[in-house]
Amino acid sequence: MSNNLIVSSSCHIHKEDSVSKIMWAVVISLIPSAVAAVIIFGLPALKTILIAVAAALVTEAFIQKITKKKISVSDGSAFLTGLLLAYNLPAQVPFWLPIVGSFFAIAIGKQVFGGLGQNIFNPALAGRAFLIASWPKYMTSFTAPLSCDAITSATPLTLLKETKIIPDITYLGLFLGKRGGCLGEVCILALLIGAAFLFFKKYISWHIPVTFIGINGLFVYIFGPNGFFTGDWVFHTLSGGIILGAFFMATDYVTSPLTRKGQIIFGLGCGVITAVIRLWGGYPEGVSYAILMMNGATPIIDRYTKSRVYGKFA
Amino acid sequence: MGNLLKEFSKGIIKENPTFILALGLCPTLAVSTSLINGVGMGVAATFVLIGSNVIIALIKGIIPERIRIPCYIVVIATFVTITELLMKAYSPALNRALGIYVPLIVVNCIVLGRAEAYASKENVIRSLFDALGMGAGFTLALLLISGIREFLGSGTLFGHSLGFTFDPASVFSMPSGALLVIGLLLGFFNYLKQRKA
Repeated sequence: MSNNLIVSSSCHIHKEDSVSKIMWAVVISLIPSAVAAVIIFGLPALKTILIAVAAALVTEAFIQKITKKKISVSDGSAFLTGLLLAYNLPAQVPFWLPIVGSFFAIAIGKQVFGGLGQNIFNPALAGRAFLIASWPKYMTSFTAPLSCDAITSATPLTLLKETKIIPDITYLGLFLGKRGGCLGEVCILALLIGAAFLFFKKYISWHIPVTFIGINGLFVYIFGPNGFFTGDWVFHTLSGGIILGAFFMATDYVTSPLTRKGQIIFGLGCGVITAVIRLWGGYPEGVSYAILMMNGATPIIDRYTKSRVYGKFA
Repeated sequence: MGNLLKEFSKGIIKENPTFILALGLCPTLAVSTSLINGVGMGVAATFVLIGSNVIIALIKGIIPERIRIPCYIVVIATFVTITELLMKAYSPALNRALGIYVPLIVVNCIVLGRAEAYASKENVIRSLFDALGMGAGFTLALLLISGIREFLGSGTLFGHSLGFTFDPASVFSMPSGALLVIGLLLGFFNYLKQRKA
């Protein structure tokens, strides 16, 4: 992506990639995680995903209709927002929760700012932040993995926060997603398959995800529980929503910096804020807030990392 | 008389202190968690506004130009003190709920703004009607905001349940909910204004 995204003067070469093509490619890259979520949490996960996506599409069409704009539901961006919002929800939530979340994400997170390309914050994460501030009890009761009846279980990070001990889960279990958590974040394997597809298609670059995950791992390793350099960085990388956030939400074109230098700053900021919230904050998990905060800083980052115009001093 | 009515009504719609002038947002954001608090704040500010506007219109001839703001503040602070002592005596619960925002009416931009922009130039009767209108506009705005926030955030109105229950969205009881509601209402009123123009 970064090679295609250098902002420069003409002449430009036209490429057939369009916004909607990239959006649908990201949707495709998220399908393995949907399959994994249904395997791990059962049909309620599928129900939540479908409701969230449908609500996002309906909201987008409705708002574009009443504001007399061109209805652009088929460009995939509303579909993607609904899908990502669902991935940020526990599998078993009341049916209206994804509806309210998707409505907020599209209406307040995106259309209020003028629609696709104008929004400051990642709409799906804005929806999640709204839901978690409004109905924390539904947003933090997670379904236990591979249990047919709805047993709730805490996420590994919640256990860590409450007991100060790394919970007894193997790295392989975490990697495959045998843990409580939001429905799209648990299966790291499926997420990495999707991310690899996006890398292969050059729709995302390494700058944000690698710096995000890397600095977070380094930070939790340095400030470990038994003094410096004792932290379990593998556990911290495999649990929580950091893989989902770093590859699929921090890389959102609209809300992340344009230049490579800016993207590295953005990724570092996300990683440090995530680690700080996880280690010393009130919440067990900080990925979504970290990304939202750095979304807010993106205009400033863009301003100070602007590429130099030829012949002018910066 | 019609002229006076116009002075009164402009504060409610055309120059609504909250939605059009965007003044006094700090107490509006802070106390609009419930209707009782909103009305209490609105009435207290209206009382101070009436008192300060009338007194300042009366003494505007003898206030030296260069120290007028300190003079206004002294007048306003007097009325705020009266309000606070009355509230402490007759409604201690409301006083506790509003907390620091009652003394802070001293620096409320609406009160100081009307003193500077209106009462220092106009006669007593007109200043009184201006204060009544601005106070009513502020109180109505607070009613609207706190009504929405109490309904969505706690599922009640004036502390009473509404006969049906739903899961209230606690975000509306938090500061972020206040910013959301005020932002959306400001946008809505701006839209109405533009459509009329």
